[in-house]
Amino acid sequence: MFILILRRMLVAIPTLILVSMIVFSLQKLLPGDPVLTLAGEERDPAVLDYLRDKYRLNDPLPVQYFAWVKQVATGDLGRSLRTDVPVTTLIAQKLPVTLQLAAMAMFFALIVGIPMGILAAVKKGKPIEYGANIAALSGMSIPNFWLGIILIMVVSVQWRLLPASGYVSPSEDFWLSMKTMLMPALVLSTALAAYLMRHTRSAMLEALNADYVRTARAKGVSARGVILRHALRNALMPIVTLVTLLFGELLAGAVLTEQVFTIPGFGKLVVDAVFNRDYAVVQGVVLCVAVGFIVMNLLADVLYILVNPRLRHS
Amino acid sequence: MKRLTKTFTAALVMMACAAGTASAQQLRVGLQEDPDVLDPHRARTYVGRIVFTSMCDKLVDLDPTLNIVPQLATSWQWNADSTVLTFKLRDDVTFHDGSHFDAAAAQANLQRAMTLPDSFRKTELSSIKSIEAPDATTLVLTLKQPDATLLSQLTDRAGMMLSPQSFAGDDVNAVGRNPVCAGPYKFVERVQNDRIVLDKFDKYYDAKAYHFNRLVFLPIPDTTVRLSNLRAGGLDILERLNPADVAEVKKDTRLTFANIAGLGYQELLFNHQNGDRAKANPFNDARVRRALDLSIDRDAINEVVGGGIFEPAGQAFPPASPFFDKKFAPGKRDVKAARALLKEAGQTEVKAELVFGNNTTTAAIAEMLQAMAAESGIQLSLRPTDYAAMLSQMRGGNFEVAMRGWSGRTDPDGNVYQFLSCKGSQNDGRYCNPEVDKLLDEARTVPDVARRKALYDKAQELLHKDAADVYLYYQPWPFALQKKVQGFVPYPDGMIRLKNVTFATK
Repeated sequence: MFILILRRMLVAIPTLILVSMIVFSLQKLLPGDPVLTLAGEERDPAVLDYLRDKYRLNDPLPVQYFAWVKQVATGDLGRSLRTDVPVTTLIAQKLPVTLQLAAMAMFFALIVGIPMGILAAVKKGKPIEYGANIAALSGMSIPNFWLGIILIMVVSVQWRLLPASGYVSPSEDFWLSMKTMLMPALVLSTALAAYLMRHTRSAMLEALNADYVRTARAKGVSARGVILRHALRNALMPIVTLVTLLFGELLAGAVLTEQVFTIPGFGKLVVDAVFNRDYAVVQGVVLCVAVGFIVMNLLADVLYILVNPRLRHS
Repeated sequence: MKRLTKTFTAALVMMACAAGTASAQQLRVGLQEDPDVLDPHRARTYVGRIVFTSMCDKLVDLDPTLNIVPQLATSWQWNADSTVLTFKLRDDVTFHDGSHFDAAAAQANLQRAMTLPDSFRKTELSSIKSIEAPDATTLVLTLKQPDATLLSQLTDRAGMMLSPQSFAGDDVNAVGRNPVCAGPYKFVERVQNDRIVLDKFDKYYDAKAYHFNRLVFLPIPDTTVRLSNLRAGGLDILERLNPADVAEVKKDTRLTFANIAGLGYQELLFNHQNGDRAKANPFNDARVRRALDLSIDRDAINEVVGGGIFEPAGQAFPPASPFFDKKFAPGKRDVKAARALLKEAGQTEVKAELVFGNNTTTAAIAEMLQAMAAESGIQLSLRPTDYAAMLSQMRGGNFEVAMRGWSGRTDPDGNVYQFLSCKGSQNDGRYCNPEVDKLLDEARTVPDVARRKALYDKAQELLHKDAADVYLYYQPWPFALQKKVQGFVPYPDGMIRLKNVTFATK
């Protein structure tokens, strides 16, 4: 077990280096001069030259990259070109926002997706199953930004029930925080809930046809007991790993949702940074997300072993 | 189930109430972008100036008709040959850190603006030779040569005063983290991409005229979401309303619409002689450029895309400026004349590429231009580009004709010199006419408005003869406000000045 974790962590190091190199060079391939973008309407050539020098933009790419790696090794991710704020500060500010959004979305997805999946499996061939399937299909295919705008129009503008956008930290005002996050989290959870529903349904169908379920039924266990205690327990195993892996997907999905609802999270930070050619920020955020993905994958592996004892000895 | 419905309804009603009420003394302003660094000497964005306006007083200010009026300076005087400018300063001004504002502080600020390596104010103040503070309320600027643009520069960031203590240390970034100025509102906090919070400064010399205890600036780039927030009660004012939404806001009884023609413009800029693409550019011929100008129906653009607020432009100076001249008003669309000009130029079928920074408004305008130009025989292919990429492509000469906007400056020089003088820093098409240069250079040094206007008139005549570039419309500054916001007056510089602005008491 520990050897497995150690091995996975060692593999993570080259992955991280590769990711950072790819992002670094991709950014440089983007057309646009970061200093011209930063200067906007101002064009004093002396100042532009000074800034190019200051941010090492005149150096060859490998030199820039190694300078960056050296800096990162000391825990310094650099400063935003646009606002001078250290990238680590920005990450510390934005990460909790996106995590809150992702956690709430995951919560909604779980409480909707899994019961719906169970129900669809149990009521196979009945209208409930078709309804659940249609709901899942629409959940997967409705674009987040469209749903977001529609919700804002109806719930915030027409009914004036919830704030249209923005972010309030839960430590500042818990209920207001939940209210502002409600719509974005719902929007973000739709695809996820659909995904979970489908996987739960197929896993449940498989479990319900298994021998141990038939045995349980033959022993006279109640229908509820069969479904919840026998079938669901086994069906949930792959779902657990799926959820940890999907959490990473959620962070990516948050990019669009954050744009629509103007949530100052990770996604918005990186999108704005790309448009502003704020290299240091893009670089730092991507590195951070890559670390997050690797950790989640590792966690999924570990969880899978914990849930499924059969794997421990292989 | 019934009970559940009841609880749910009750919860919804409670939420609705909470969403509707907000602190009465707090004004929430929706911005189109997140400002850049909050250091007036290093700042670059229009949107940042909106925040500075409430936070940092300047030596002088503007009134709605662009006259220069006192702010930190109570009066000023030029010497006979316009090389020495003497300010009398207020002596009742306190910085947000409690220190006193005097001529020595003003001197230190101007010196910082002129020497900081990444100060974007250096060019604006380049005519200053020396700065003296003979006593606490007298500031004397001695110039290298007469500079008619200097006073208007001091109405903006170059004239903003920071507490000298706030920039005394070695850390250049300290000012941006916590700007300490002398204005009606003081800096409280900033969360990037989220909000900037300012609180009322009680020791401000005119504090009675400012009625909000707190200002919150919220950057919301999406125009639809920004307007939705206003309509949902989450904002009190928003700037740069989408022209397509003007009609809807006017109809909404809960909102007020306020618009003013700004100082800037949207224009078509030709690649005259920047790089290889200029050589094969069909627009190298002034007749082809004029033909394009004649093909454009600016009223149609205003009506279809501009929601009636894209006032047609034919020159760089806005109608509010004393340097505006009716002579150069845009002509009517004339396809026949355009075709005749093309024939005269020997180019009956012109093919060219129009590049523009892509958003819904610019894309709609570009499509209209394409259709209108086609009727005269100019086939424009469109290249929508992301803004950052467009900047460097234009700089590198990778364009034939480009559409771009300029937010405008109070002084006429700021709207022409850098774009159309041979060595202008933003002259990406490298238009160069030595005669125009001579006039523009001279106009910089003449403080007398009538004499200066005569010079600009001459320059404009030459520019029109050359069809150096084509102006489309004046950039408007459309605001939408909650009905309860009273006393708001839009200024041509697009800033939000909150003096005497209040919430209506019901």
